[in-house]
Amino acid sequence: MTEAFTIRKYLRDLTLPFCAGCGCVTVMNCFLRAVHELGHNDLRKFVFCSGIGCSAWIPSPYFEADSIHTTHGRSIPVALGVKLMRPDLNVVVFGGDGDLAGIGLSHLVHAARRNLDIMVVMVNNMIYGMTGGQVAPTTPLGVKTTTTPYGSFDPPLDTVRLVATAGASYAARWTTMHFGQLKEAMKVAVTTSGFSFIEAVSPCPTAFGKRIGLKDAAETLRWFKENSLPLRQAGKKKKKELTDKIVIGEFARRERPTFGEHLHQTLTEAEKTAEKN
Amino acid sequence: MAKPQAGTYFWQGNEACAEGAIVAGCRFFAGYPITPASEILEHMALRLPQNSGIAIQMEDEMAALGAVIGASWTGAKAMTATSGPGFSLMQELLGYAFMTETPCVVVDVQRAGPSTGQATKCGQGDVMQARWGIHGDHASIVLSPNSVQEMFELTIQAFNLAETYRTPVVLLADEIVAHMRERMTVPSLEQMTIAERKKPNSTEKQFFGLKEVAPMPSVGEGFNVAVTGSTHDEQGYRFTADPLVHRRLVGNLVEKIRSNTEKIVDFESYKTDDCDVGIVCFGCTSRAVYEAVELAEEKGIKVGFLRLKTIWPFPEKNVNSMAQTAHVVIVPEMNLGEILYEVDRAVQGAAKVVPLNKIGGGEMITPEELLAEIVGSVKAS
Repeated sequence: MTEAFTIRKYLRDLTLPFCAGCGCVTVMNCFLRAVHELGHNDLRKFVFCSGIGCSAWIPSPYFEADSIHTTHGRSIPVALGVKLMRPDLNVVVFGGDGDLAGIGLSHLVHAARRNLDIMVVMVNNMIYGMTGGQVAPTTPLGVKTTTTPYGSFDPPLDTVRLVATAGASYAARWTTMHFGQLKEAMKVAVTTSGFSFIEAVSPCPTAFGKRIGLKDAAETLRWFKENSLPLRQAGKKKKKELTDKIVIGEFARRERPTFGEHLHQTLTEAEKTAEKN
Repeated sequence: MAKPQAGTYFWQGNEACAEGAIVAGCRFFAGYPITPASEILEHMALRLPQNSGIAIQMEDEMAALGAVIGASWTGAKAMTATSGPGFSLMQELLGYAFMTETPCVVVDVQRAGPSTGQATKCGQGDVMQARWGIHGDHASIVLSPNSVQEMFELTIQAFNLAETYRTPVVLLADEIVAHMRERMTVPSLEQMTIAERKKPNSTEKQFFGLKEVAPMPSVGEGFNVAVTGSTHDEQGYRFTADPLVHRRLVGNLVEKIRSNTEKIVDFESYKTDDCDVGIVCFGCTSRAVYEAVELAEEKGIKVGFLRLKTIWPFPEKNVNSMAQTAHVVIVPEMNLGEILYEVDRAVQGAAKVVPLNKIGGGEMITPEELLAEIVGSVKAS
């Protein structure tokens, strides 16, 4: 059905900007392999939106596709505008934890509440990497960053749980260590109708790893592996035992009417009213 | 009933704005409730679905303009409407729309600020924000309606300019013009000009920052367009450090508006070439000017005025030429002095420039107050 996988067929002929060991490349790889396995030989049926931060550069302008690289935190509203006017296109958002769980959090929650038919990939590196390592809403407690020199006193947000609770059709968290699961999750997310969200916990050796004493990406990945806990097992643990654990798995997978379906119904109603008048 | 039929209506200004948008071809509206602009969102929510369009209330003003920008990149004409506090929040994405050359219309129904101010009362304090609210170098197109008729007409004009120059256009209304009702006429469709954006042919690759307005592809058409608010070349590729690319892009974006100033500028003028006293006015304040001029003429004073329908770009040549005959130029505004400084700059000392300011409670400058200023300035000169 499909040609052999080569990542090049989806990319423009440009040099990628990512640091050595950056998880963005793994996320890019997972997504494009998922797209390939779903039978797309190009990205013609996709539109990509992103905000500000390293992971916003995954699609823009490297994907040979339409991409809208917006301002900080505003990728989801722009994606909404695209999706409502072109429901036939797959609209995919890439963003970081600062972009989507910090400055743009409100848009993320509302998109999940609406069950807007788009896919959002949040690359969570637990830090503001591009600006040089400031504390993020996802940074674990106690971590020394450039803006928390005595250690973070700010408890982190469990973003995937929040999105699942808000009403997303699909919500999952994996780390870039879990390449196979992450890729499979991407396939589910692309094909799910309604809002689908993937949190990809990802190494940032440059601005985060070194702060917690992990000298390179390999060490960070080992740390991910040792500290990851499947959702089912996490349910049996006490809250205290889950501190510093990365709970992985599917947090939501449900059938729920999508925003597009509700909207279509409303528009049909309006047309009928207009005809009567 | 889809588009409004030609005829006479008794509409509210905000309603006329929404109907004008529908006539202009607007098919996407996103907004957030705010006094005194909410009626535009409400009316669009009712009317757009009857015209194969979508209107949606978003979670905040950034989301509203963000959604409008997304819709515009699918090829749809799109609009949002707000007032001062929301207009402040939109500046970020207004700058993005300018930088990415995304046509869209932003209505700012001005109220008394700063901050929450007097939310239900009229003000004209956003004149400079509409010009300079975006950070970084830019040029702005800002229109100022002074009647319900113009809420309709200038909304259409705002879309035409946005599509022609591929840039965001601000309709700078005010609470009085937006909330009053008066008789107005919808002309037949043949009598109205509706502009459409220039589309690329299938082989074109340059979509940004050209000297002439660049053609605009839509997403989903196979152009693989890369849109970014970072400095970019003609193909949309980022150049975050190259001085020449930045100079070329931003220079061309500013110049495409500056060099077309005379085509964009629109105003109403009265006896500007034969007056002792000149007035520069805009928006609701200009309605008192008509009556004040009559009262002054009864007293034998020759008064001319220039009523700005385009505030930005500023018609400085026309203001300057009025100042060649007038001894005094009065600038009435419902703020503490904004367009005044632009008038002063344009007059270049050819006449004395006198402010007439009033704020608070939404109280307009009255014809009598203007007359007193006119009479006083004649005596002084």
